[in-house]
Amino acid sequence: MATIAMPNARRKARNIFSSPFASAAAWLIAIFWTIPTFGLLVSSIRPETDINSSGWWVFFSEPNISFNNYAAVLFEGTTTNPPLFQFFFNSLAVTIPAVVFPITLAVFAAYGLAWFDFKGRDFLFFTIFGLQVVPLQLALIPLLQLFSQGLKFGEITIIPDLEITGTYIPIWIAHTIFGLPLAIFLLLNFLSQIPRELVEAARVDGAGWFKLFSKIILPLSIPAIASFAIFQFLWVWNDLLVGLTFGAGTKDIAPMTVRIAEMVGTRGSGWEVLTAGAFVSMVVPLIVFFTLQRYFVRGLLAGSVKG
Amino acid sequence: MNSMGILTARETPWEIVANNFSLLAMALLAFGAVVFLVFLLAERTSVKAQEWIKYLVFIAPAVLLLLIGLIYPTIRTLIFSFMDARSENFVGFENYVWAFTIPEIVTVLRNTALWVVLVPLVSTAIGLAIAYMTDRMKRPGIIKSLIFMPMAISFVGAGVIWKFVYSYEPNDKRPEIGLLSAISKNLTGSAPNWLLEIPLNTFLLIVVMIWIQTGFAMVVLAAAMKNIPDEVVEAAMLDGAAPIKRFFQVTIPMIRATIVVVLTTITIGTLKVFDIVRTMTGGNFQTNVIANEMYSQAFRQMNYGTGSALAIILFVAIIPIIWYNIRQLRRERTER
Repeated sequence: MATIAMPNARRKARNIFSSPFASAAAWLIAIFWTIPTFGLLVSSIRPETDINSSGWWVFFSEPNISFNNYAAVLFEGTTTNPPLFQFFFNSLAVTIPAVVFPITLAVFAAYGLAWFDFKGRDFLFFTIFGLQVVPLQLALIPLLQLFSQGLKFGEITIIPDLEITGTYIPIWIAHTIFGLPLAIFLLLNFLSQIPRELVEAARVDGAGWFKLFSKIILPLSIPAIASFAIFQFLWVWNDLLVGLTFGAGTKDIAPMTVRIAEMVGTRGSGWEVLTAGAFVSMVVPLIVFFTLQRYFVRGLLAGSVKG
Repeated sequence: MNSMGILTARETPWEIVANNFSLLAMALLAFGAVVFLVFLLAERTSVKAQEWIKYLVFIAPAVLLLLIGLIYPTIRTLIFSFMDARSENFVGFENYVWAFTIPEIVTVLRNTALWVVLVPLVSTAIGLAIAYMTDRMKRPGIIKSLIFMPMAISFVGAGVIWKFVYSYEPNDKRPEIGLLSAISKNLTGSAPNWLLEIPLNTFLLIVVMIWIQTGFAMVVLAAAMKNIPDEVVEAAMLDGAAPIKRFFQVTIPMIRATIVVVLTTITIGTLKVFDIVRTMTGGNFQTNVIANEMYSQAFRQMNYGTGSALAIILFVAIIPIIWYNIRQLRRERTER
């Protein structure tokens, strides 16, 4: 009874026990955690000569600000070394479908797994759950061959060579496939919480499986979809492995991570370019992260905290 | 790579962007149109027909993609791992023998083991500590956001950030621009070339992964701590248990299941990570890990045999975790 009657007193009790020492320690760790990123940000707005002749902390005693690094890395380039803004748009072009496709297919599958009664449903569920952690590395070589040669068993062609190598299509498909297991699992967790009565009432009213989906299930699952969308967005935007394997062949489609990784490799010392370039690649995920952190955390928790 | 450069030589970057975006728009429209049409048609079918059409529309696409894109490739990779570089002849266990005997690859396996032990343990420990320290704080929002932020940054971006921290100035006359070098010079008068220093360099790379994963551990563990009933915590407080004692005797046992989930999740992520190593050292100076070596073998050396064998080794390392997770989930589902 006391629990219900005195929530405020309880909260007060909590705060009394928060020690200033613990708070100070937590702040210290947080600052320590931020310094590397902060150093990169500060460096990226210093003139080239400053970056290479003194540490970024000198900025606070000699504050010279210049956005030339950003201008140079974003817009200067050649046909063989295109400017970074092109890769920025490449990343967008990779990411948007690679978020939309798996979510659509996953909502479908999660709906089926949650509400259809069929033999082998549990088996399918556990298989998908297990597939969540299968390393991508296992699928890379055969998948790459599939895209470049099609699929043949002996002489019989099951999937012909679609001649899609060098376009976005292999990257989209690869990201869709790799994102599906987690997407299905998260959405299924959510969809199976929709009250059975609600679904059954709609069924009794004569709603078919498709109407039920578009009128009831889909609107209810928007929050879960949003959570996963952020997840998948960050994952795809930050991915290097899939981009490198399926899209590094041509700079017309290579995402920004591939480009930044290449810059680190070929001009290891050009910090004026690297700091600005790295920051350009981080801007979008950081904005998404800070504005939608709540949904991101929710998605994270749905996948890992039980009970 | 070259041929494409020539092919597109006349296009400006803006033209390429425009082309790409029209393809993007077309793909999204086509996808939307197909989904819409299928629904339109399926909704009009009889109730009886819908009983089987529903499987076709809702479940079949995902299952088909997973079969073609994950299950079939895994089987093929397994077969490739017993074949030669160009997948023409069977070579038995040669690729596995290679993996466990060639000194460089043994180093790779040893490094991976180091990563897999250190990253989950250290990041979970730090995450747990911060979660506990901020559990009773009034406004832990900023602290948590700052520590969680690296989760939003790509491994490549994190690699650049930390490469800058570790950067080294060979010329004695010039000032250090890397933070770690500057600190080290101030304290000891000299700074090593961090990323070339074996075995220190592997640990320095591991720090990057810990930096990223700690936020994840903190967020998940903090949420679990919030779920501990107030009565339990207060009972311990009234018993006069000091915060440290309370931490080990109340908090940890209460959230044990979540700690295991966090540990296994980070372990899996760590086994698969290759971007950090690739960006910071390219796997040189004895810092290589399986995931990166798998990529080099398969796509640089073009040896599908050894590349596949390394992928399978990676998979075998993860199987116990998959098995454990499935057993855990089964138990939860039957309890429900």
